[in-house]
Amino acid sequence: MTYILEILPSLLAGVKLTLAVFAWTLVGALPLGLLVALGLLSRWHPLRASLHCYVWLMRGTPLLLQLIFVFYGLPILASWLTLPRYEAALVAFILNYTAYFAEIFRGGLQAIDQGQYESARVLRLTYWQTISRIVAPQVIKIVLPAVGNEVINLVKDSSLVYVIGLGDLLRAGNIATARDVTLVPLLLVGLIYLVLTALLTLILNKVEQRFSYWR
Amino acid sequence: MLELRNINKSFGSRQIITDLNLQVEDGSILCIVGESGGGKTTLLRCISGLETIDSGQLLVDGRPFDPQATTSEAVIGVVFQDYNLFPHLTVLENITLAPHLVLKQDMPTAQKAARTLLTQLSLADKADLYPYQLSGGQKQRVAIARALAMKPQFLCYDEPTSALDPTLSQAVKEIILSLKAQGMTQIVVTHDWDFAAAIADQTLTVTPVQA
Repeated sequence: MTYILEILPSLLAGVKLTLAVFAWTLVGALPLGLLVALGLLSRWHPLRASLHCYVWLMRGTPLLLQLIFVFYGLPILASWLTLPRYEAALVAFILNYTAYFAEIFRGGLQAIDQGQYESARVLRLTYWQTISRIVAPQVIKIVLPAVGNEVINLVKDSSLVYVIGLGDLLRAGNIATARDVTLVPLLLVGLIYLVLTALLTLILNKVEQRFSYWR
Repeated sequence: MLELRNINKSFGSRQIITDLNLQVEDGSILCIVGESGGGKTTLLRCISGLETIDSGQLLVDGRPFDPQATTSEAVIGVVFQDYNLFPHLTVLENITLAPHLVLKQDMPTAQKAARTLLTQLSLADKADLYPYQLSGGQKQRVAIARALAMKPQFLCYDEPTSALDPTLSQAVKEIILSLKAQGMTQIVVTHDWDFAAAIADQTLTVTPVQA
């Protein structure tokens, strides 16, 4: 017990970084994902093609590799692309998760009946009014379960930042395990991840409930 | 008055509408009847700006009119075949959304107008329900109210009786005739000859073109 209390502060410091990466990735990737999804459905071929290429790259290569490339690779291409570790991690995560969210949103957008757009059109709503007042609320309801899945994944994916030397929750546990030759820190790490995902599941269920007032 | 001059419309090599000329007097009802595949709905979609015409001209009160122009003036209202209500909005919100956003009516004004329309269409007690809680006939009347709230000059219906039983068809007929009594100009696409005969001042019969 005393041992647990002894290592807990360092683990909690790791949790702080894990949560920061988690939160900023969502803040960046959710709106960007929506924009990219709209682009994927654009009538302008060059835009569509380049965004498909982007999604293919991001989903087709490991996030671990992308982290390494953003942190170690970009500075080789151009020195002004050098990013500090934390910022590099955020850029890589946002780029990666934007691609996943874009595909989820694209599916949601395509599930909206064409008649909804036509109704909005004869009522003279503008494109952005149609998207924000008619389409988005319906898309959100459709994509919530899939987005929730990615959100849970993101909590655990954030542990990959160890590869560029950032001290997150898992790394803190790893260090303690190596130093003290015991699995207790890693057990604790597992427990903390479980608590985090349980809390998120709870929140996601609440949000889904909020959207259940219509069918 | 709505006037169509030499309207042509084709999809690829299939000519759907050929040199159509037509006049709809103010306050009258035009029925477009014919078999499926005859281009009834296409014509309606051209008039309401959901399809582009290949050539020809639309005139409203003698002035050229582009239904695809994105002015805030709602000249043409449409009641769709499957109504296309917004499922995430209440009946009242469905009706007030466009008047508020497009015509810039303030909410109390828009709501007051919407409630008047609902009462007129005997839906007064349905204002706070969502579309999934309504029957087909009720949804259709909400769709009519939503279109009317934009104060259109012309109101178009696509197959208003296709999903309704005979009693409800009778009710739609009465709504259309009572709107006519209020001076609304209406264009009704239908495959139901009896229904058309009961309401039409003017009937346009379309036949599928031979390929």
